[in-house]
Amino acid sequence: MAEVAEKPEAAAFDEVAAGIPAVKTVELTKRFGRTVALAGLSMTVPRGEVFGFLGPNGAGKTTAVKLLLGLLTPTSGEGWLLGKRLGDLGARRRIGYLPELFRYQAWLSAAEVLALHCELAPLPRSSWKDEIRTVLDTVGLTDRANDKIGTFSKGMQQRLGLGAALLGEPELVFLDEPTSALDPVGRHDVREVIRGLASRGTAVFLNSHLLSEVEQVCDRVAVVDHGRVIASGTMDDLLSGTTVRVRVTGLTQADKNKLSGFGRLDDEGDSLTFASLDAGRVPELVSSIVAMGGRVYEVAPRHQTLEDRFLQLLEDEEK
Amino acid sequence: MPPFLVIARLTIQESSRRRLLLALLVLTLLVVGFSAWGFNKITTVTRSDGTPLPPDQVALLTSQLLIVITFMFSGVLALSAAVVAGPLISAEVESGLLLSMLARPVRRSEVVIGKWLGLAVLVAIYAAFAGTLELAAVDWATGYMPPHPVELLMYVAAEGLILLSLGLLLSTRLSGITAGVIALAAWLIAWIAGLQNQALENVGIVSHLLLPSDGLWRGAIYAMEPDTFIAAMRGLGTAGRANPFAATDPPPLSFLAWVIAWFAIVLTLSIASFRRREI
Repeated sequence: MAEVAEKPEAAAFDEVAAGIPAVKTVELTKRFGRTVALAGLSMTVPRGEVFGFLGPNGAGKTTAVKLLLGLLTPTSGEGWLLGKRLGDLGARRRIGYLPELFRYQAWLSAAEVLALHCELAPLPRSSWKDEIRTVLDTVGLTDRANDKIGTFSKGMQQRLGLGAALLGEPELVFLDEPTSALDPVGRHDVREVIRGLASRGTAVFLNSHLLSEVEQVCDRVAVVDHGRVIASGTMDDLLSGTTVRVRVTGLTQADKNKLSGFGRLDDEGDSLTFASLDAGRVPELVSSIVAMGGRVYEVAPRHQTLEDRFLQLLEDEEK
Repeated sequence: MPPFLVIARLTIQESSRRRLLLALLVLTLLVVGFSAWGFNKITTVTRSDGTPLPPDQVALLTSQLLIVITFMFSGVLALSAAVVAGPLISAEVESGLLLSMLARPVRRSEVVIGKWLGLAVLVAIYAAFAGTLELAAVDWATGYMPPHPVELLMYVAAEGLILLSLGLLLSTRLSGITAGVIALAAWLIAWIAGLQNQALENVGIVSHLLLPSDGLWRGAIYAMEPDTFIAAMRGLGTAGRANPFAATDPPPLSFLAWVIAWFAIVLTLSIASFRRREI
């Protein structure tokens, strides 16, 4: 069994050296009847990168992960995980997966569920004890190791699922909405786990609609909507613009419409937010508002957040 | 351990942890206890002149009663197998339980074979245990032992395996309750079609081919009948063969070969169906 564990590591070293990416897809498409769930996804996730796959509910994020894991069959296109074609059993030995719909055997204890995954992975039996102890500690379930899953809260089950995904130090981990059932402390813990994975060179494919989560941990992001990638790049690439929020009264709707020339305008009554506005044009904006008879109380330029950018991208997509 | 054995072990473990085995054990002990009491009463029946029934009469009565009880027992076994097998795969797909397991290096065929094997072991062990207990109780109560007890247990267990396999096949596509109900209805239809088959010579053979449970039930009956009774039924001709609780001949070897082929075909179909299932 020791040989089984050594071979993938040696192979992984060669693959990293050869520049084989963690994930690569070419025009990956999935249709369910007339519904297009994923429309020609082409992307590459390098080794060791934390990749955020971002999109609103129903955008095709989970479909993409299931296609990559071989749980769904693509309608067309192709893809590779760790250099192996989608569905390859050998590649699955080297990945971890926390499903969006996480559910584990209610009649087993947490330690038994992890032992089951060690066996299916498969990891050398001699390593199970240490592996299980380590991941239980990582996800904060050491005290509940011998309790039945049936007694676990949803958040604890999600922690257990994360633990199962971490078994055997995988080279690539898929996390599908990993904090959907967690409280703020749990979310913080998951971010720490993701950073820990990144520090040891594990690639992470993070599916999420929680923008702050993605913003804090991802090296690179792809934004998906209606089954298509509508933007992708590093955080710096995506969030290059400045957003300006102005608190103002005394403007008519016609005035506000004229101001939309300064940038995409998000009108929340007395609070106007201009996306992608160059900081150099802020004095000009304020002059224009004052000339229209507006009374300015506050002008707050700030770097664009992922949420600003995300909403902008979705709005552009609707047009 | 190969993944299919891990899945088989998990299936058996689940039945045990969910107390299915305990419930079956308690119910079986109750049924066997009551039936032993009832069989014992046969030995106390007297004729109009006050003398006890002669041994051959006791044997005949016992054999007939045993056939009816075995029919009910095989019905319970078929029902249990269908109810347990119906949701075996579909429920785990719907709940998401299989998602993380199928992302491991596990083939879908291994999941199907593992689940079938786990449940088949349970069905076989339960049929052997409960059947042996019932036969021992009847032997104790009346001194009667059917002529072919081992064959009897094998036929009854095989009938349970047929329902299990059908339920599993349906479970790869349909929801648990639908799969279970269809499997059970198919078992009843096959039994009814089997009645026609016996009466009308060869009519309904198709039903035996599609679902061999009734053919196996006929084998179980044959294994329980004393030779004198078989001779008497043969003497009745068509009327004898029309009796749903009598069999004048053992199942032909060609039928038993078909049963083995049937298992292979249904398991292959189950694997092919689950492979194409989108999860």
